[in-house]
Amino acid sequence: MSEPPLLQATNVRKHFGKVEVLKGIDLTMRQGQVVSLIGASGSGKTTFLRCINLLEEHDGGEILLDGDPIGYKLAGETRKRLSETKISAQRARMGMVFQQFNLFPHLTAAENVMLGLVKVQGKPKAEATDIASHWLGRVGLGERKDHYPYQLSGGQQQRVAIARAVAMQPRLLLFDEVTSALDPELVAEVLGVMQALAEAGMTMLLVSHEMLFVREVSHHVVFLDQGRVAQEGRPEDVFDHPENERLRSFLGRFHGLFGR
Amino acid sequence: MIDYHFDWSVITRNWDKFTDALLLGLGLAVVSLAIGSVIGLLAAYARLSPRKWLSYLVWAYVEFIRCTPLLLLIFFLYFGLPEFDITVLDKSQSFVLSLSLYAGAYMCEVFRSGLASIPKQYVEAAKAIGLRPLQRQLYVVLPVMFRITLPAVSNNLISLFKDTSLAAAIAVPELTFTARQINANTFRVMEVWLTASGLYLVTAYVIATLLRLVERRYAAIR
Repeated sequence: MSEPPLLQATNVRKHFGKVEVLKGIDLTMRQGQVVSLIGASGSGKTTFLRCINLLEEHDGGEILLDGDPIGYKLAGETRKRLSETKISAQRARMGMVFQQFNLFPHLTAAENVMLGLVKVQGKPKAEATDIASHWLGRVGLGERKDHYPYQLSGGQQQRVAIARAVAMQPRLLLFDEVTSALDPELVAEVLGVMQALAEAGMTMLLVSHEMLFVREVSHHVVFLDQGRVAQEGRPEDVFDHPENERLRSFLGRFHGLFGR
Repeated sequence: MIDYHFDWSVITRNWDKFTDALLLGLGLAVVSLAIGSVIGLLAAYARLSPRKWLSYLVWAYVEFIRCTPLLLLIFFLYFGLPEFDITVLDKSQSFVLSLSLYAGAYMCEVFRSGLASIPKQYVEAAKAIGLRPLQRQLYVVLPVMFRITLPAVSNNLISLFKDTSLAAAIAVPELTFTARQINANTFRVMEVWLTASGLYLVTAYVIATLLRLVERRYAAIR
């Protein structure tokens, strides 16, 4: 507990027009922790995740990564947005995996993994090739490294996307509903890769509807409701002893898997 | 007409002139497409710029070019610029300038819709791995856009190649001008114009076929 938190979000606020989607979210993550955000759609969990690597910009509050404020610096009283170059450098310290995979369609699996290594981290091409081969092997796609995204199944594409994110050796990996767009029979292969990463000590923040997986893999679970943290705690507490009425009714939708 | 006797020897005697003229036309088209693509790409970004005045400026350029005949532009630049003491361009260069400006307007529209059609997920993925704004354009947006727009670019190249015949109006010795000259010297109307048409047709068809192969090679999207 003595080391500083890897991620510290304090009172994060965000609105789209007049709709307030985040009404002050607090979250602290330490290195090696797996934290999951659960909640109904519209509860703000994806927006919060996207605020962390600045795909959305929070309107209030503060997000610190290793103690550095993300996206903004305080100049006296006013918040000043950092330059695009600085923001890009901050994003490079995190990895993100998306619901729709978002692989670059004109690049092979290996080239997808290599792009950031070469262009962002400035690694020589030979080294990047080795790293890409290593990680594609780790996600079980060593044989498919020269395939283009359209030649891969959804599950394979998502595993390439995970390899692309993790090959950059990020401090923190963000997963945004990464199995929601997959056919049911392809979900397990992606969850398997994520579980292996979690066991290897990767710091991960997940937004997921795979409740059994969340329960098994997370150290900490946060239930968001209408832009607020309604309940959080260890997975067994959140899933087995839901105190919050909304959480109870949310979990009730998962066919009686949880609760008493 | 009924008494017309074909004499193809006029073609064989002048074959070198035909091929030189054809190559000149091809060269004019390729150079104009290259310059026009650069103009078009810059114009497309300007058109999508949040700076309203810049966007409107490009809009005016594109609509002006699209709504006036190319021949007028060619005449205007060739006969008009010297009136302003701008005499640095010879007739081929003047024609290339005209065709490039013309191509630029059409390429602008192609690239603009290409840029607009790129799913924003690709840009987000590029952001997420930490690419800077220019890198996102260079390594993700533009390569995807070129693949999406390749069929439209191919069409433009074929159109431009055929439009080089308008250079005959200012005496650039490309295929149409050369054919007219040979015709005037020999009066072999049918042989000369059939040959010129055939050369246009075969060349345009070859270009189209080659470009279709290129398109297939780069059809790595979806």
